[in-house]
Order: sequence, then C-alpha cells, then structure tokens
Amino acid sequence: MMVHVLLIEDDKAVRDGLEFALSRQGHTVQCSSSGEDGLTRLRGSSPDIVVLDLMLPGIDGFEVCRQVRAAGPVPVIMLTARGDDFDVVSGLEAGADDYVVKPVEPRVLDARLRAVLRRTVREPTQPDTGTYGDLTVDRAALTVHKRGQPVSLTPTELRLLLELSGSPGRVLTREQLLQSVWEHDYLGDSRLVDACVQRLRMKIEDTPSTPSYVQTVRGFGYRFGPV
Amino acid sequence: MSRHRSPLDRPVLSRLLGLRPRLVVAFALVALFSGAAVAAASYRQARTIVLEKTQDQVADRTRNSLEELDPPPQLPPDQQELERIGDAINGLAVYGDRRSSFQPVPLDRVPPQLRRAVRERGRVVVQRIVLDGQPYVLAGTEVQDIRGQRTGIEVYAVQKLTSEQETIDRLARSAAIILALALLPAVLLALGAAAGVLRPVRDLRRAARRLAEGRLDTRLRVRGSDELSELVRTFNTMAGKLQHNVGELRRMEANGRRFVADVSHELRTPLTAMTAVTDALEEEAASLGGDAAIAARIMSTETRRLRQLVENLIEISRFDAGGAVLRPERVDLAAVVSATLTARGWTGIVHTDLPTGIVAELDRRRLDVIVANLVGNALKHGAPPVTVELRAVDRDHVVVTVTDRGPGLAPEILPHVFERFYKADSARARSDGSGLGLAIAWENARLHGGVLEAGNAAGKGARFTLRLPRHPTASAAATAADRAGTGAPL
Repeated sequence: MMVHVLLIEDDKAVRDGLEFALSRQGHTVQCSSSGEDGLTRLRGSSPDIVVLDLMLPGIDGFEVCRQVRAAGPVPVIMLTARGDDFDVVSGLEAGADDYVVKPVEPRVLDARLRAVLRRTVREPTQPDTGTYGDLTVDRAALTVHKRGQPVSLTPTELRLLLELSGSPGRVLTREQLLQSVWEHDYLGDSRLVDACVQRLRMKIEDTPSTPSYVQTVRGFGYRFGPV
Repeated sequence: MSRHRSPLDRPVLSRLLGLRPRLVVAFALVALFSGAAVAAASYRQARTIVLEKTQDQVADRTRNSLEELDPPPQLPPDQQELERIGDAINGLAVYGDRRSSFQPVPLDRVPPQLRRAVRERGRVVVQRIVLDGQPYVLAGTEVQDIRGQRTGIEVYAVQKLTSEQETIDRLARSAAIILALALLPAVLLALGAAAGVLRPVRDLRRAARRLAEGRLDTRLRVRGSDELSELVRTFNTMAGKLQHNVGELRRMEANGRRFVADVSHELRTPLTAMTAVTDALEEEAASLGGDAAIAARIMSTETRRLRQLVENLIEISRFDAGGAVLRPERVDLAAVVSATLTARGWTGIVHTDLPTGIVAELDRRRLDVIVANLVGNALKHGAPPVTVELRAVDRDHVVVTVTDRGPGLAPEILPHVFERFYKADSARARSDGSGLGLAIAWENARLHGGVLEAGNAAGKGARFTLRLPRHPTASAAATAADRAGTGAPL
C-alpha cells in the first residue's frame, strides 16, 4: 500500500528523519515546516493522510487539525510529547484520528498510518445496507445518510459507526473498539474512543447530549441503539 | 516525624505542675500568708487589749475594795477579820496558816510564783489562770494598814473571763472568715494574671505548631514591650529567616527539577530524528560489514537506551512538577498484567498466577508501567523463574507480587531500591535501563494511593509487593496536585 503522506513539522531534523523513514517504508512524503504552508499543500495535493506536529510556529497544530478536518475527511495523526495529556486531549478534540508519541519509532508510525487507512476498506461479512431509525448505513458504498441527507464522516468515525452498528444492542468496551477500529493493543488510550464518539454524535445524533444511536454504558463502554 | 503530644497526653503530675496551676497556687499562698499574718497580728493586739483591760479592772477593784475597808484591818487579824476582808474583796484572805472560808480560788491553786511575788513585793499582781477548764484573771496583793505598812494578810480575787474569751473567739472567727473570703479574689486575680502570661505563651505554642506544619508565613502580633513581646519578636525573626531559607531551597530545587524537565524535552527533538533513522541504520548494518557495522549497531542500541532514559526522565519530571494525572478505568487486573507481559514478549519466560475477575479502578497505562518495571528489574537482576501473582486481599485492596529466585536484596540496599539512579551493584550498573524504572514504579503506586514495597521472599530471591486500592482514593487525587518535593525518594 503506497500512501501519500503530508508531514507538517517545524524541526528540520525531525522532518528529514521522518521523511527518510516513511520514504523507506514505501510512502511518498510531502513536507511542510509550518501550518500555513501545510494547509496550502493540503488543498493542492490531496494527501491520503496528514502527520501533524502539535507545536508549530504561526498557527498551531490544533488549529491546523481543525482546518484539515473542515476541509474534508483526510485522516490526521498527531505527533505529541509523551503523555502531555493536555495536548492529547486538545488534539483529539480538534479532530485527530490517532496520535503517536515522540520520539516515535518508524515502524510504530507506519503501523498507525496503515491502520487509519485500512478503516476505509469495506467489511465483507456484513450485509450491505442497514437502516437504524433515521440512519442508513451503506456498507458497500461506505456512505451514511440521515433522513436521506448524506453525512460526511472521517474514515475513523465511519469505521467506529460500522463497528458499533454491526452489532446493535451489544455493549462494546473501549478496549474492544481500540483493537477493532484503531488496531491498538490492550494498552491503547481509551480517550481516542471517547473523543471519536463525541465527534460521531455531533454528526449523527439529533441532540448529542442525549444520544439515541451511540449510547454510553457507564463503566463498560458503548452500545449502538436500541433505536 | 515524632508524634505530636497534646496536653492531655502528659502525665497527671506534670499537668498539675503546669504554669497556670503553679501561678494560682502561688497567688493563693501569698494571699493566705499575708492575710494570716495580718489577722494574727490584729488578733493578738485585740486580745492583749481586751485582756489587759480586764486585768486592770480586777486589780483596781481589789485595790479599791481594800482601801475602802472600814474599819481598817485589825492586826493581827482573827478568823472573823479574815472573813470580813475576804467578803470585801469577794475573794480569799490568807494570814499565816489561817484563811477565809469563802474560797473562790483555793490557795493551792494559786500559782506559787504569783504568791511569791505578792509576799515579796506587797503590790497588786495579776495573772491569768485556768480553773476547772475556765479562764480566770487572778489578782493577788497584800493588805496594807492605814499608814501604808504591810500587814502580812494576802488576798486573792478572781474574775471569770468567759465573756472576754467569747469576744476574742469571735475576733478569731471573723479573721478566719475574712481570710477565706480574701482567697477567692486572690485566686481570681491569679487566674487573670496567669491568663495574661499564658495567652502570649499559648499564641507562641500555636504559632510554633503551625510553623512545624509547614505554614512558614506564620507570624505573631507584637504587643507591648515586655519580656514576652521580646520573645514574640525573636520568634517572628526566626520564622522569617526559616521561610526565606526554605523558600530559597525550594526555589533551587524547583529550578533543578525544571532544568531536568527542560533538558529532557529539548533532548526529545533530536532523539526523534535519530530514532527515525535508527531502524534504517540497523537494517543496513548487515550489509556494511566490519567496523561500520559495529558502529551502526552501537549507535542504534544506544539511541534506544537514550530514548528510554529521556522518556523516564520526562516521566519522573512530571511527578516532580505535580503534573502526573491519574486516569482510572474499570479494568480486569489479570488482563492488564497479561497484556503487559505479552507486549514485552515475556509470556513464556515469566510464571504467572493471575486469577481473572479481579476488577479495580486503575490507570491502565500506569499499572502497565509498574508491572513492566518490576518484571524487567526481576529479569535483569534476579534469577529465573520470575513469578507474577495477583491477589484480591480484601474488599478494597489488590496486591500484585513479583518474585524472583536470585540472591535477594541485601538489607543495606533495601531502603534505597526506589531511589533514582541507585545502583545496587556498581559492576552491574550498565545493565540497568535508566536507573529510574523502580522510582517511576514507586511514584505510580503512590499516585494511585497505593504502596510499593521491596523485600525478600521466604525462601530466597527478591520480592516486590504492589498494593493498590480498588478505587482511587480522594487522597490519591489530592496528593497528585501537591506532591512536588514531598516524601518521594530522590
């Protein structure tokens, strides 16, 4: 799988190192040293994925992330400092699909890239279309409609919805979702799930504060419906 | 830290010897003694006056009665004459071995000294005596004839002192009552004075205790200019110096810690670049051959070590800065521990006893860090087999033990195993990852409100025991906020 990566990172050594590593893994890499430049390139070259450093001069990584999100469903992986919880939470709220911690091993970054991009691959075992209340999920076309209107979802949001709606009424734990949607191991960060659920609710629920599709089961995880 | 003793803990004796009781007793005693002295003096004076007056009356009456004797005494007096004289003075008349029959005081009860004084001087002599338990004044004299010559007739008259005695007794009683009444204001005054002295002392004690509790901005208001206010001023100076010095130390320590944190963060950027290319270097090493291959391998291995070290430094800096946040989730402990072992490829090497179904609210990542550090340490420094056991000890706590079969921990290194960069054996120093693993594990246990202890197994080998509450305690959350620089092994 050859992936077109847009790497936005201000430090030249890190940028060169990651470009080198990603290229070696067979990806094409386009580099930007600032958020402004990155957003320009995003519009010009339509990459498959954006790898984004949070600490950027000029407009910061969070703002870049929001603008990437607004521009379309291109997935974003954040580069963060280890366990800087504030950064992680803010980044996820800004719409990042996943994050890696600096200094990141190339194989870890590669695995995350591939996992994010695999989310757009269709599930062969599922029936093609499911209708849940006002929501229609087409698993073949990978589209979602609400009352006939198309809903624009990022690959991660779509994958999460497919996972949850694939077994309506069943509780899925955060760990299960981390493994099936993000392909993280058991020790993955469950805030990824929570942040993505929030974003998904904003798009598909009538009132996101009292969700009817993606419901929280306190202490266990999430359940789709019953609608 | 020594246990604080409240005043109630003190033995009874020393409590009774406290400043307040001592002051009260002293005041009361002073009041008592001075009152008693005044009362005794006035009593004595009053008594003397009353008694002397009575004595003078008796003496005068006797003398007058004799002078008014008409006809004057006949000499030598016969029995009848003696009776007349006795009647006149209403007493006893004696001449030679004869005496009047009316004897209010028998002659043998007249004190010999008095009688001797009467015979020798012939004047009126007075003395107080006690007859049948009653006080009397006894006046004795020798009768004189018209020319003032002594006649050899002795007379002795008595007067009861009962009413005078009653007066005197009343005096004594009222003195005692006044004394008793004076004690009350004396005690009140003493209490007031004690409060005046003790209030500043109590304020000082409270302030000193606040200071000991770490509230270094404690100061006392200086009142007046006596010795106690001098002490208060000295106390304030001391507290000020202490606050300044402690503040300085804390600032220096914070600076040091911040420097470590900053350095670690700065190191991360070049390390990210190095890490990105390390894999390539390692893969190419095989085809390089010779010295270049050796150099490439060393570079990649040491980059990995350096990365570990920097990550651990950042982690521990976060604990120092109070930025470590607990993110508890309901987890099955067996699953987390298994995942830790699996993720590090230890599943086949480590013996486990992990009953499933033990659920607790824990930070998964932090539990992973603790277990990984403990098992990693056991594998490096202990001898196989390494055993990980999980137990639910009671409703509120779970325990994870990691035991190896190595030589165990020497008693002298036991207190230091959780210290940063502590190397039990200098010869083995290089084999340790960063020297921070156990310190980080300890901090993570503490953040949960749990404890991590090092010891030795019953047989042989080191045993680390992690004891965690099933629910994160409020104190664990609170200590996360103000943990910087307190109690952690440095």
